[in-house]
Amino acid sequence: MSAVIEEHHHDGHHHGPDKGIMRWVFTTNHKDIGTLYLWFSFLMFLTGGVLALGIRAELFQPGLQIIQPEIFNQLTTMHGLIMVFGAVMPAFVGLANWLIPMMIGAPDMALPRMNNYSFWILPFAFGMLLSTFFMEGGAPNYGWTFYAPLSTDYAPPSVTFFIFAVHMMGISSIMGSINVVVTILNMRAPGMTLMKMPLFVWTWFITAYLLIAVMPVLAGVVTMMLMDIHFGTAFFNAGGGGDPVLFQHVFWFFGHPEVYIMILPAFGVVSAIIPTFARKRLFGYDSMVYATASIAFLSFIVWAHHMFTVGIPLAGELYFMYATMLIAVPTGVKVFNWVATMWQGAMTFETPMLFAIAFVILFTIGGLSGLMLAIVPADFQYHDTYFVVAHFHYVLVPGSVFSIMAAVYYWIPKWTGNMYDETLGKTHFWLSFIGVNVTFFPQHFIGLAGMPRRIPDYALQFADWNMVSSCGAFLFGFSQLLFLFIVIKCIRGGKKATDQVWEGAHGLEWTIPSPAPYHTFTTPPTSMKEAHG
Amino acid sequence: MSGKTEASKTIRQLIFVVVGMFGFGFAMVPLYDVLCDVTGFNGKTAGKYTAKEVQDVREDRLVTIQFLASNNANMPWEFRPKVRTMKVHPGKLNTVEFYARNITGETMVAQAVPSVTPFHAAEFLHKTECFCFEQQQLEAREDLDMPLRFIIDSQIPEAVKTVTLSYTLYDVTEQFGLATN
Repeated sequence: MSAVIEEHHHDGHHHGPDKGIMRWVFTTNHKDIGTLYLWFSFLMFLTGGVLALGIRAELFQPGLQIIQPEIFNQLTTMHGLIMVFGAVMPAFVGLANWLIPMMIGAPDMALPRMNNYSFWILPFAFGMLLSTFFMEGGAPNYGWTFYAPLSTDYAPPSVTFFIFAVHMMGISSIMGSINVVVTILNMRAPGMTLMKMPLFVWTWFITAYLLIAVMPVLAGVVTMMLMDIHFGTAFFNAGGGGDPVLFQHVFWFFGHPEVYIMILPAFGVVSAIIPTFARKRLFGYDSMVYATASIAFLSFIVWAHHMFTVGIPLAGELYFMYATMLIAVPTGVKVFNWVATMWQGAMTFETPMLFAIAFVILFTIGGLSGLMLAIVPADFQYHDTYFVVAHFHYVLVPGSVFSIMAAVYYWIPKWTGNMYDETLGKTHFWLSFIGVNVTFFPQHFIGLAGMPRRIPDYALQFADWNMVSSCGAFLFGFSQLLFLFIVIKCIRGGKKATDQVWEGAHGLEWTIPSPAPYHTFTTPPTSMKEAHG
Repeated sequence: MSGKTEASKTIRQLIFVVVGMFGFGFAMVPLYDVLCDVTGFNGKTAGKYTAKEVQDVREDRLVTIQFLASNNANMPWEFRPKVRTMKVHPGKLNTVEFYARNITGETMVAQAVPSVTPFHAAEFLHKTECFCFEQQQLEAREDLDMPLRFIIDSQIPEAVKTVTLSYTLYDVTEQFGLATN
């Protein structure tokens, strides 16, 4: 601990970043680490995206054309793992690093050295995970949910590397979350009470607790797999007295909070952007905080709705059905508040606002299909079909991913000091919006018609909508190169941003110069007015 | 910033939660087993049954019991019940046999794992003797009739007319090794 504190103290005395590559390797600056996380996340987003395009290329027509089934399974598995653990989660951690200290008036994160470690674990974890593609037997092929015994008795030998990669990601997430909680609890500027924190800070605070609670469970379940594979235990092997269904219980006890880990910070981003461009205060701040906390609590008691078809008793199915539907209440409160914030606001539609509004609409669609899946008798029909794929891609792509893009457009003038190109930004938005809907909306139809997920070939009656979906996927995928171009263009130059950047923006991060200096709030800010807009 | 001590206190608390939740992941294993044993969730049957009291035989009731035998993937043995279905009176002791034959040229060890449908009938199916209580070792091409003695509890709900008892046979030769005798 003392080393961490000293290092932090030392940092306060020199005023600029080091030069060269070592700046990034040894940096303990929250802004540098935030930048590293965001670039890493984007790299993983493109990697996972290439895998997804491989999947969609194979599914363009029925029959096997380009990818053999063994490779196809590896693509679906690695696409899921990379997008969840490599793209969405690190992107939110990157945003947290950049924004939380600036939003609460702190000079840096509480544990800067640990912050450096938690980032630099990730490239090694994903390097190891990706290297499994070149191993004998190939990469993980048992789906991102890695159900045992498919992932133990029947897994390729690379499963051990997968297990260690998951362990490393877990350690990284846990350290990052501890950092977030300690920062928020101990480093807020004087006068910033918990109920004055911006909602992005609140949602991350709750997300960090979720991570701290469930990432160890994930570590536990992969450790049990490791022991089953190498040490002769039988946690999930029925022949030795274990139970494969137990795997699903433990996995989803982690897995369901995990899906909220990927959406709660998105709620925070949208709650920051909509008030700015509606030029009104956020409607119902307190209810937003309570709704976020309720969603987090409920996430722990609904896990078995992923397992309705494994044969749980009727009472269990009813309980998990109603508990799941209950989540719609706090989520509905949030959607209501966002709409009420826009109501009679003086709205303008810059790129971040477009992404935020698309988030509200499309996330709600994803939420509604979730409600349909929660209905037990209906779920027996929908289970493991493309309807499920459509559901979770609607909440993750135009949900989480759109909110990350909205956040980048919203805060990048503060990060770089330059405005991005608004015309290109809007073009990127519309291409992504159309691409996402063309990709995923038809998957509802083919899912309801009965097309199962995770298959490389399908019956002829699903052909048309699959072709439409694949076209949308390529449109969405290649549009992201435009995003990369816009971001690089913005870093290299552009119209100078003002300190406040957006006319309606409120909060501490808009009181410091643009671009944000390397060290901010080395003395705590004194004025807390308008801490949340 | 409220200083070093408060931050390290928070860190200690959070690390405690991390360690606790890692332990909880493992605690779910026995918790799950206890829950399944108590409620019969998952169609798990209990271990060897010893009667606490002699049950009245319900001559007025007949319950159909079906036997299924299947092999887990890659398990080459021949495995089947000698009787596919029978009608029994609740409370009465019944005996059936399952046939197993090791068709390979090597000695192998197998473990049978039972499951009952409907699962809430599991707690009313008492086994006084079952080949599933222990591992079975067969020499190359050896075969064996394996006995099962069971009582359907006389308290079994009236709504249950048919009970299916299914066994899956697993190859556990590698996992547990051959018996040395």
